[in-house]
Amino acid sequence: MIQADLNIILPEILLAVYAMGALLFAVYTGKDRLAPLLTWVTAAVFVVLGLWIATGTGDHIAFNGMFNDDGYSRFAKVAILFSSAAVLVMGQDYMTRRDMLRFEYPVLMALAAVGMMVMVSAGDLMALYLGLELQSLSLYVIAALRRDSIKSTEAGLKYFVLGSLSSGLLLFGSSLVYGFSGTTQFAGIIEAAGHGHTSLGLLFGLVLVISGLAFKISAVPFHMWTPDVYEGAPTPVTAFFATAPKVAATVLFARVLHDAFGGVVADWQQVVAVLSLLSMFLGAVAAIGQRDIKRLMAYSSIAHMGYAMMGLAAGTAFGVQALLVYMVIYVTMNIGTFSFILMMEKDGQPVTDINALNMYAKREPGKALAMLVLLFSLAGVPPMVGFFGKFYVLQAAYEAGLIWLAALGVVASVIGAFYYLRIVYYMYFGDEAEDGLDKSGTPVLWGLLMASAVIIGLAWLPGINLLGVEAWAEAAAAALVN
Amino acid sequence: MTIAALAFYLFAICAVTGGLFTVISRNPVHSVLWLILAFLSSAGLFVLLGAEFVAMLLIIVYVGAVAVLFLFVVMMLDVDFAELKAEMAKYMPIALLIGVVLLMQFGLAYGAWDYAEHALDNRAALAPADMQNTAALGVLIYDQYFLLFQLSGLVLLVAMIGAIVLTLRHRTHVKRQNVLAQMWRDPTEAMELKDVKPGQGL
Repeated sequence: MIQADLNIILPEILLAVYAMGALLFAVYTGKDRLAPLLTWVTAAVFVVLGLWIATGTGDHIAFNGMFNDDGYSRFAKVAILFSSAAVLVMGQDYMTRRDMLRFEYPVLMALAAVGMMVMVSAGDLMALYLGLELQSLSLYVIAALRRDSIKSTEAGLKYFVLGSLSSGLLLFGSSLVYGFSGTTQFAGIIEAAGHGHTSLGLLFGLVLVISGLAFKISAVPFHMWTPDVYEGAPTPVTAFFATAPKVAATVLFARVLHDAFGGVVADWQQVVAVLSLLSMFLGAVAAIGQRDIKRLMAYSSIAHMGYAMMGLAAGTAFGVQALLVYMVIYVTMNIGTFSFILMMEKDGQPVTDINALNMYAKREPGKALAMLVLLFSLAGVPPMVGFFGKFYVLQAAYEAGLIWLAALGVVASVIGAFYYLRIVYYMYFGDEAEDGLDKSGTPVLWGLLMASAVIIGLAWLPGINLLGVEAWAEAAAAALVN
Repeated sequence: MTIAALAFYLFAICAVTGGLFTVISRNPVHSVLWLILAFLSSAGLFVLLGAEFVAMLLIIVYVGAVAVLFLFVVMMLDVDFAELKAEMAKYMPIALLIGVVLLMQFGLAYGAWDYAEHALDNRAALAPADMQNTAALGVLIYDQYFLLFQLSGLVLLVAMIGAIVLTLRHRTHVKRQNVLAQMWRDPTEAMELKDVKPGQGL
């Protein structure tokens, strides 16, 4: 039996073994001199594993139901691995030049990826928790990677303290759920919770588990850490926070709610709907006052998580499909946007003030145009792909009878459009700045920016159909909700 | 009153007293000693429950390692506990309020506690029958929960890497002893004698 189980989690085992091997190799040879090479090799390993996982079929359960390998988890794993690979190669040059690329960085990213892969496959509250902790611990460390900078250290410490608090909430909730159902397995919990009335203990547990997970995806009112951590962490690390971990956490969220609490949809639907509503509005309103583009992206991510949770609040298979499509689009947009942010430099120093973008279009029309496409898409302006992501979640909420949520979502989207369009305004019609940003950037960043802008700008065309993501997401959602 | 009940009350009272004095004693070293008493009494309670292995773990790991580590930290670091406590007193009213509200909420929840239909069967189903609890734990941890065990190992690995990444510094300007260079050093080349004429430099 163990043989079959190990075969099912072979990708995770290989990645973990790779991480440990890379660590040993680097320690005994070149140490930090090897870091750029190791970064590229790790990214290549991610891509190869992602391609391999994408070819998987069927529905397998390993370790007595603790680990699921189904279409849903494979979809998430492919998204996680590809986006992590993109973020790794994005930051390599930036970190090398600032002398903060340590060889542990790719190793920790690989271990975080293992944690995320376990999270999306979890079929048991304990596996969920361990996957989450493996990912979070790696993230705490890489947030504080620039340990000579006060802001980076503060980001790491703040993230760590608040993250432990949320883990505590999650654990407490899990123990209440265990107390009610007598098992930590999702399959057992759904069976126990499905019969008759909901017990008060189960409800408490459910709410605490939701709170713990909402922290991880920075949904309001558990969002306070996000702007500070996004601002303080090195920019490539911020880019990582905004992509793969968000996918993993939302996918995990949907899995817990559907696999374990699928029988009591009415009990969590309202909670998730309120979280979604608050996130959308706070993200839209609070970002207006931000001049720092990293903080702005933090509020933007809070707002986007609100929309993603709208799909979750629908509580239907179509809602999950909308959530998956939304997350893939969101990650693609973020990879492009952060490539742009990584290229914002003046005299070799990174700049994050949006005023520095005044009349950027005159100096670098190509990059400005790509950023314009991405910002329009983030704001949800048709016909960019971001619009379709929002359209899907709104449709899911509408079909599930949450008409008020969908309507308020549109309002929040209009408010949020202001700060995205303001950056576009600065780039094209801003004041004439005397000393603008450098004409900097590596081919990798330029390529990622342009690729993501082209995808975001054109993938809606008939015949391309979001590159088939929609069909995959539909199959994945069907594997989860049945 | 049987011996077991007597032992239970003895251990329970010791554990509660230990916990209380850990919090309220003024001298931090005393706090740690009270903590050790609480650990030992809890270990006694575990023995009464028939969980000898957990009891021994508690003594070996918590008393033997964690508490001793605490003691070292308390004695070596010059932490001003009085000031910390003053700081705490500032937030005490609001903390107490939140604590009471939470306590009442959970009182409500536990007051209306009920189990799912098969909860107790579910819980009993895991424990292997006819086995000493040490062996049963082994079966569970290394067989049933093998995946979780390995994942915990990875979590600890990340913690270790993290501690090293965030604290280890390679100082480049420090002169380190190079044993081999010392051993292979040739005494004849170590010093050169020059005959300096009076009134002239080298």
